[in-house]
Amino acid sequence: MERYEIRLSGEGGQGLVLAGAIVAEAVGIYGGKQVTYTQSYGPESRGGSCRSDVVVSDEPVDYPICTRLDLLLALTQKACDSYSPQLKNDGILIVDENRVSVVPPGSFRLCRLPILQTARVKLAKEVVANMVCVGIVGMLSGLASKEDLHKAVLARVPKGTQEINRRALEAGFGLANAWLEQAAGGTPCLVSR
Amino acid sequence: MATSTANSIELLAGNTACAKAAIAAGCRFFAGYPISPSSEIAEKLARLLPEVGGRFIQMEDEIASLAAVIGASLAGKKAMTATSGPGFSLMQEHIGYAAYAEVPCVIVDVMRGGPSTGLPTSPSQGDVMQARWGTHGDHPSIALAPASPKEFYELTVRAFNLAERLRTPVTLLCDEVVAHMYEKVDMAALAKLPIENRKKPTGAPGRHLAYAPGEDGVPVMAPFGDGYRYHVTGLAHDERGYPTQNPAVIAATQRRLHDKIEWQRRDIVQFETVDCNDAEVVVFAYGIVSAAARQALRLARAQGIRAGLFRAITLWPSPTEEIAALAEQVDRIVVAEMNLGQMLGEVQRAAGNAKRIDTCLKADGETITPEEILAVLKAGRETHV
Amino acid sequence: MFDFKEYLRLDMFPHMLCPGCGHGIVLGAMLRAIHSLGLSKDEVMVVSGIGCSSRLSGYVDFNTLHTTHGRPLAFATGIKLARPELKVIVITGDGDALSIGGNHLIHAARRNLAMTCLLLNNEIYGMTGGQSAPTTTPGKISTTSPKGQTERAFDSCRLAEAAGATFVARGITYEPAAVERLIAAALQHNGFSFVEILSDCPEFFGRFNRVGSPSDMLFTQKQNTLDAKAAAALPPERRKGKLLTGILHQDSAPEYLATLDQNFAGAVRPDMRE
Repeated sequence: MERYEIRLSGEGGQGLVLAGAIVAEAVGIYGGKQVTYTQSYGPESRGGSCRSDVVVSDEPVDYPICTRLDLLLALTQKACDSYSPQLKNDGILIVDENRVSVVPPGSFRLCRLPILQTARVKLAKEVVANMVCVGIVGMLSGLASKEDLHKAVLARVPKGTQEINRRALEAGFGLANAWLEQAAGGTPCLVSR
Repeated sequence: MATSTANSIELLAGNTACAKAAIAAGCRFFAGYPISPSSEIAEKLARLLPEVGGRFIQMEDEIASLAAVIGASLAGKKAMTATSGPGFSLMQEHIGYAAYAEVPCVIVDVMRGGPSTGLPTSPSQGDVMQARWGTHGDHPSIALAPASPKEFYELTVRAFNLAERLRTPVTLLCDEVVAHMYEKVDMAALAKLPIENRKKPTGAPGRHLAYAPGEDGVPVMAPFGDGYRYHVTGLAHDERGYPTQNPAVIAATQRRLHDKIEWQRRDIVQFETVDCNDAEVVVFAYGIVSAAARQALRLARAQGIRAGLFRAITLWPSPTEEIAALAEQVDRIVVAEMNLGQMLGEVQRAAGNAKRIDTCLKADGETITPEEILAVLKAGRETHV
Repeated sequence: MFDFKEYLRLDMFPHMLCPGCGHGIVLGAMLRAIHSLGLSKDEVMVVSGIGCSSRLSGYVDFNTLHTTHGRPLAFATGIKLARPELKVIVITGDGDALSIGGNHLIHAARRNLAMTCLLLNNEIYGMTGGQSAPTTTPGKISTTSPKGQTERAFDSCRLAEAAGATFVARGITYEPAAVERLIAAALQHNGFSFVEILSDCPEFFGRFNRVGSPSDMLFTQKQNTLDAKAAAALPPERRKGKLLTGILHQDSAPEYLATLDQNFAGAVRPDMRE
């Protein structure tokens, strides 16, 4: 496999730095691929823009920062506006359907999902939205097995929170699978312009 | 950090790699002051050092931090501090002290955007000249620039080895990207790195001349408290460590401080060349920029440009002889660095005025991208042809 | 039997202090205090900063470290942590400890790491030729206060106590035997101990302010001070305007290293135990 670039973007406090690390560990440590992981953040611990980049390859990764995205997850409108121009033509754009209302034109595949709502309502704990993201990104990138994603999550989250995080991960798998089935069924979710 | 049970592969962050390497190198003392983007090194060592019987202390500022490090080193411990631009500025007086009093210590500077408070969480390579000329007075400097977390580990061990061997401060010039990025590292392989320790005196305490040099120009070092009572000062001093104003004694010491580094220059200066044999143009880069350059090389070669890379690992002493040799072979050198031209001066000096040198310089808080380097490789070629 | 020559690096003499300077009196008192406690020369570590008083470290046959201006307490902190068995004495001046090094003094006091700080206060920068210090009495002349010092002066003992020093004392070079006792008590204290010693500078402060001979200056010290115990029995009007001498404060707050070692008890990995 050649270089595959994943960017998780949003705002501080959404847990995307940890989510990126878990995706990288699932792919790199448990999945055995070459991987790098970088973050970029502002001075704010909460709010402010935040992104984490996971670059995956069969060969050692030269440059760890994303330049042409294969997969972009955006949890804020600002993140979507900033980074979607870097998506490849056949890339995947995953947005939170409540936080991102305007999707710029492009030939990428669009995946609108109720990520934050799933965490807040279904799981009754908004802070686990990042684990929902791990599930979605892991499935849609096709780079990590469910088993490796589970291992990576459980190795990272604090004791006593494993169950809720495991459920959040499963919820992410569920959202991703529903979208994939829709796509396979011919529903026009492959948006172009 | 997660470790797979089957082997010793870890996903390692740069600052964590540095802290773990320090422990492996035998560091048993850290003093520091919180500053982005270096704080994780202090945070890791606050936990790791007590586990190995070492001491960690958060001091009141960076001036005090390096002072405490020098004190601990004189008392026999391998010691380090870590900081970023503003703190590195505050440490300069004590870097000079450590150089003149010949106290081994390691200073990590995770470079962030400057000048002044600048960009606390953004990458830069703006402290390169400060690492060479930051203190008053004449003394040589050693500065190493890692390009990945794995190399940050290796160079941290190497920094301790050089500091202990040569009784000198050694600076690790890391950029924010390398400090915070994670990569897969085989810890078992890193555990095999050689470790060097300072030479201690073997003679009777009463006859100890604290600053009488050995054949390598380096005096052996007695830890305070081992019975070798002697004087250490930042004043010009003689072989006893006593203050002196004798020009001949002062000149000999100044010369020796330079010689002890210069005599081992070939070992100290490390660099890597990539695809330079058939290259028409070579990128000079270090740190994270060399990672961008590697990718730029692939892109350039795919477009028929015979591009190579000279990656400096040791920045000081600068690899001038090696650059000069390279300049003989290639038409053009592209200097890429995250400042407005610091190592550029070294490359120009080494390559000579006749050599065409193009630049890819950037100091806006963002990293230089492979595409930006490629653009300079291509633009230069078009105008050149 | 005390012989001061045993403790001096005679090959470094003649020393560079001026005639009438009080610093030699303090040095003598320190050496007698060390001798009286039976400390070996190998276990004593003397650290100093920059200034006239800080030159004393060079003349004594201990482990000695002459550091940078204002920073000796920070160097000493590193030494003490690395080698707790050393008896660490910091010799510093009023400019060194209260101006450029003021931050290190208050934090050393706050930490309560077992070290002894001897602050030799001559109210002036002697080494650089007589500039005003943070201790210069208002109205006094220096090269940088030609019409008299405008700023107020620090009371270093009150500063040290407020910052958390667990042993605070003041002595005067008029009373060398008392200074010796105070230093001995400070060295036996388990925590950060601070002793200010008024030590005159006849060469600059004395000449600029026309306060007479070195011995006149010593008498003035006596007139301006009161023993703290004696003062307690006196009515307020008799104490007015007098600096107190003797042990001014002492408490038994936990020592830094003791607390640190308690916090990390059991943290040492089995393979790393010495």
